[in-house]
Amino acid sequence: MRHETRRLILLLLPAGIVFAAFFLLPMARLFFIGGSGKTGWAAYAAILTDSLYLDSLLSTMAVAAATTAATLVISGISGVFLQRHKFPGNALLVSMLTFPLAFPGVVIGFMVIMLAGRQGLIGQVTQALTGEKLVFAYTIAGLFMGYVYFSIPRTILTVMAAAEKLDPKLEEAARSLGASPWRVLLDVIIPGLKPAFISAGAICFATAVGAFGTAFTLAAKINVLPMVIYTEFTLSANIAMAAALSFVLGIVTWLVLAVARTAAGSSVAAAG
Amino acid sequence: MKRRGLFYLQLGFTLLVCAFLVVPVFLSIMAGLTVNYFVGIESGLTLRWVMEVWNGYRDTIFLSIGLSLACLAVTLVIGVPAAYVLAKRQTALTRALEEMLVLPVAVPGLATALALIVTYGSLSGFRTSWAFILVGHVLFTLPFMVRSVLAVLSAIDLKTLEEGAASLGAGFWPRFRDIVLPNCRQGILAGSLMVVTLSMGEFNMTWLLHTPFTKTLPVGLADAYASLRLEIGSAYTLVFFLMIMPLLLALQAFAKPRPAKFVAEDAE
Repeated sequence: MRHETRRLILLLLPAGIVFAAFFLLPMARLFFIGGSGKTGWAAYAAILTDSLYLDSLLSTMAVAAATTAATLVISGISGVFLQRHKFPGNALLVSMLTFPLAFPGVVIGFMVIMLAGRQGLIGQVTQALTGEKLVFAYTIAGLFMGYVYFSIPRTILTVMAAAEKLDPKLEEAARSLGASPWRVLLDVIIPGLKPAFISAGAICFATAVGAFGTAFTLAAKINVLPMVIYTEFTLSANIAMAAALSFVLGIVTWLVLAVARTAAGSSVAAAG
Repeated sequence: MKRRGLFYLQLGFTLLVCAFLVVPVFLSIMAGLTVNYFVGIESGLTLRWVMEVWNGYRDTIFLSIGLSLACLAVTLVIGVPAAYVLAKRQTALTRALEEMLVLPVAVPGLATALALIVTYGSLSGFRTSWAFILVGHVLFTLPFMVRSVLAVLSAIDLKTLEEGAASLGAGFWPRFRDIVLPNCRQGILAGSLMVVTLSMGEFNMTWLLHTPFTKTLPVGLADAYASLRLEIGSAYTLVFFLMIMPLLLALQAFAKPRPAKFVAEDAE
């Protein structure tokens, strides 16, 4: 048995070395560099005390929370629907809803430009209808749209899997006792989906907080934390501040996922 | 009758959501093939923009393919054995290790990339080579390989299979090769597709890790979006879609992506 343990350790070792050398060590270094700037360890407090960083933290949180709420409502409705009703074309709809899963943030940003940019569809339609061209791709609304776009594929499968496990008999029972569809939704379906909502929601939130590609493509006036970090690093060459901010950002996303995992009782992680 | 109405309401809503996701993809494909998108389709169809992308950004395509294959090779070599160990020994320690491995997915790519730069950025030979990007991609994709293989290994009765083989005289390594590996084929396949797809599209880290000589496809895309006309950006996106679509279709066909990949696969 000792022999076998040694072999198992041997099998785990390559992954362990790569992980320690290229993740744990660099992260520890990032932490110390964050405290090595002009302001020292106060850099870690700056995210709350410096209004520039605090504002961007708040707008990042706000857009992530709005994304999570909108995505859960959308995926909840469509996910339960597609799980409950099998009709010709159902599988096609499911694959349409999941295929953008692997689109990088930059491409999603471009999709937003195609819809809401200067030459976008929404602009053309609103111009034809009202004479006024609606362009919002390069604002926080465009960013929100992009985040919802990439969150739907990530959550819909989780919702569908959870909806599959809901017992239709419970709903029948509620209905036969005279519950309205609205009450059935509130008292039976949503509580049944709650663990899935928590874990999928945490993924949405964490991904939206840390995403960079979409904001980068839409650029301009969007002041979310990842953009601030990028600017600190490249334009201001303030590496210590960038390190401190990104370390805090990492802690925030990790915490969100860890809390959600405890709440939902299952393992969760962000993707993409 | 009211329930019928509800059905159509939900169907309508779902179709709208599908349109939201699919319409911009079609618009961008159209734009990439149109002579002048501003004028519209009347200006005619052309492959000119695709050719321009091919001439200007060919290298990024090859680099991305090479990187994703290298990333696959590394995650296979280090990830599959790790998954086996995690499946075989389910202790508090291995569970903690499993949690840790997922960290690079939970932590924003920007943070990981910065950490790599501040630690290894001064090794100029390493910093300027594509291996620097590979390291980032491996960190980010490894959990997907490990989880995917682990899910399959946890579902089969590994212990009985291995004991059977051992009682017939098979040693540790023959068991690993002849029993374990063939049994987790499905997980390896799903994990591999996921790794290649993710590596191909990774941007958050790569944008900071790349150098002018190591531009990947998504980096080139960001470049084109920022500086070139809409038609070229679209044509480039079209090329990206063409590369990634077969992978996504394969994923949907035989790998059946597990819901959100990480939702309680282990029986609790």
